[in-house]
Amino acid sequence: MRKVLLGVAGILGFLLTWQLIPTLGILDPRFFPTATDTLGRLAEDLRDLEFWRNIGRTMTTWAIGLAIATVLATVLGTIIGLVPFLRRATHTTVEFLRPIPSVALIPLAILMFGIQPQAALLIIVFASFWQVFVQVLYGVADVDAVARDTARSFGLSRGSRIVHLVFPTALPYLMTGIRLAATVALILAVTAEMFIGNPGLGRAIIFAQSAGDYVQVYALVITTGLLGLLVNLVFRFIERRSLSWHQSVRGDEVL
Amino acid sequence: MPDTLLKVEHLKKVYESMTGNVEAIGDISFEMEPGELVCIVGPSGCGKTTLLKCIAGLLKPTAGRVQLDGKAVVAPPPSMALVFQEYGRSLYPWLTVRGNVELPLKHKKLSRAERDRLIDDALVAVGLEHSAKSYPWQLSGGMQQRVAIARAVAYQPEVLIMDEPFAAVDAQTRADLEDLVRALHRERGMSILFVTHDIDESVYLGERVIVLSKSPTWVQEDLAIDLAAERDQITTRALPRFTELRTHVYEQIQRAKRGEAVRPGATAA
Amino acid sequence: MTLHTSTIVVPRSTARAWARFGENLGYAIGLPILLLVIWGVWASASPAAFFPSPLIIFDAFVDTWVGPAFVTDVLPSLGRLAVGIVLSVVLGVVAGTLIGLVRWLRELLEPMLEFFRAIPPPVLIPIVAVLLGPTDSMKITVIVAGSVWPVLLNTIDGVRSTDSVMTETAHSFALTPWERIRYLVLPAASPRIMAGTRQSLSIALILMVISEMFYSSSGLGYRIVYFQRNYLIAEMWSGILLLGLIGVLLAVIFGFVERRVLRWYHGIKEVERA
Repeated sequence: MRKVLLGVAGILGFLLTWQLIPTLGILDPRFFPTATDTLGRLAEDLRDLEFWRNIGRTMTTWAIGLAIATVLATVLGTIIGLVPFLRRATHTTVEFLRPIPSVALIPLAILMFGIQPQAALLIIVFASFWQVFVQVLYGVADVDAVARDTARSFGLSRGSRIVHLVFPTALPYLMTGIRLAATVALILAVTAEMFIGNPGLGRAIIFAQSAGDYVQVYALVITTGLLGLLVNLVFRFIERRSLSWHQSVRGDEVL
Repeated sequence: MPDTLLKVEHLKKVYESMTGNVEAIGDISFEMEPGELVCIVGPSGCGKTTLLKCIAGLLKPTAGRVQLDGKAVVAPPPSMALVFQEYGRSLYPWLTVRGNVELPLKHKKLSRAERDRLIDDALVAVGLEHSAKSYPWQLSGGMQQRVAIARAVAYQPEVLIMDEPFAAVDAQTRADLEDLVRALHRERGMSILFVTHDIDESVYLGERVIVLSKSPTWVQEDLAIDLAAERDQITTRALPRFTELRTHVYEQIQRAKRGEAVRPGATAA
Repeated sequence: MTLHTSTIVVPRSTARAWARFGENLGYAIGLPILLLVIWGVWASASPAAFFPSPLIIFDAFVDTWVGPAFVTDVLPSLGRLAVGIVLSVVLGVVAGTLIGLVRWLRELLEPMLEFFRAIPPPVLIPIVAVLLGPTDSMKITVIVAGSVWPVLLNTIDGVRSTDSVMTETAHSFALTPWERIRYLVLPAASPRIMAGTRQSLSIALILMVISEMFYSSSGLGYRIVYFQRNYLIAEMWSGILLLGLIGVLLAVIFGFVERRVLRWYHGIKEVERA
């Protein structure tokens, strides 16, 4: 109760501060509109079909990118994780490719695909692939040696070992990976729209900015934040469900 | 030096919670003189830890007073050191053994040499002079508890309070640690308040054993242990007097568990 | 009384040691070399406009970045990145410690912090850009505004989950508040702080690149976009390669620092596994 009240007080305090900064002239109201103006515009946007279309476009690119990355990473991660030779042979390559900031590929994506959705997908998949891939590798490596020997001694075939042993062990890791990838994919989906120019919320922000409509820029920034919050909450919920039997929740590693 | 080192008067602790109030400690009074080794035993769940936390100034009693050297304890007093049962959680794993022993000395205004002397002396006292550079988690449980004891010794407290310190170590190690506590008391004249649920341990270690009732707790008996000061794991424990005392304490605890003993001056309706 | 778990050194013949070294080396560079060869053969067999052969990219790398461009474009970028990271970590740890220790403050700020963390950091660029102009401080502000959150939120979590017995120990020895923070709270939170810092590093690098790509006339990000717009494909690739190297370098430095700071933590994990 006290927590909820304080939280609400915090939000109100934030809005009040936001309102006062341009009103008192600490920042130029043309470039830093008041909270009431911004929220008013957001309310107008909610009645605008194009606004919803943009959300739809962003979330579609996000979902496709996330799905491709998840499938690729799960398949490759399982295969590489199960075969020690592959694990050793791919180690340096993975360690070099993983830290490459995905946005470095934006120019390449523009050259290859122009402003088509594929350009955005390239960036999104590259960034979110590693999140899932690394977690799947951890998950497969985590299969208990005793459990593995037990399964072998009972003469389980390779196929059923994967289904009954590897998959359940790796599942919580996979879920963690997908949650992290979902956040990353959203960041990159919006970024791609901003800087590649495929339609969506990101491009709408750039359009509003070049039109000098900063109220709209702020309204859209708030929208992306709310979308991010929603994605976080949904995937955290899913992860917690799948982790309920698992003793530990692993630390985050993003991007 | 005053006659009384530690004075607990009509201590009472009630935990307030949503589901109702729980009276953990009813009314506890006792005194402890300088240089004494007093053991506190009681049935499990009788609020021993609560009592210690009140004495140590970590918990505010609902009523009653705790005095150390004639001064009321309202916050952790600088002249008191604690050894917890959970050695793994009371030592800081990011500090070495030496760093852990040094930690409470940081804000005592000591010269570097003086501080080093205290640390070295404390490590020798517990037999850990060769492990100073190790980390606590590299040591066995018994040795970790020795580190916690060394930390308390180096702190030079007027009274050392130990909360079931050996409950989590194996029997062999436990005997060694008990002798260490006796040695600290005998050779350094340390005043020690030792809480345990182990009856044998309380009789073997203590010069006095305070038996607590079940919760809400009061002092059921304050028993003087008239064994010789020089004690030994084998011969002392084989003495007929030891067996008598142990049996006596055991019976008291059984009565406490059954709630047979009547609180003196109890006015409960 | 056994203390350390020391590894027993078994004398091994030098030939075996060399064989082992060769095997490790083979595993380490085998696949990268194989991939480069495939790329090279493919690029020369069917010259695709956007995928020049690795040798051409390597030449372009040397021509482009070894020389004055390193001073005019790369060093300033790295400088902004470093300042941004240091500011994020310092701000995140200081604010996170304060918020983590004061319960009402934490409950007051938690919903807002969750929201700020969820904002995709790059959308802050247009906002900061118009307020500060295309300056160094704009780029550094962008980096800090995006990468402070993982450190901040992880520090809060780390600080509030400090073990209760450890806290009582500090109280019982009457440590001063500053000593408590220095010797208990910060070390106890350090695994979480390092986890947050790791996330912040990648976000900071991303923000460094795109703030330069679109709101700058110099710097690494600007160069790469310039090459792309002028169809200097090999040069563009060399820029991507350089960013990759910076990413790897950051990861290596971080790994080194982390191993030093969290030596105790990894030690405990090892003991638990054994």
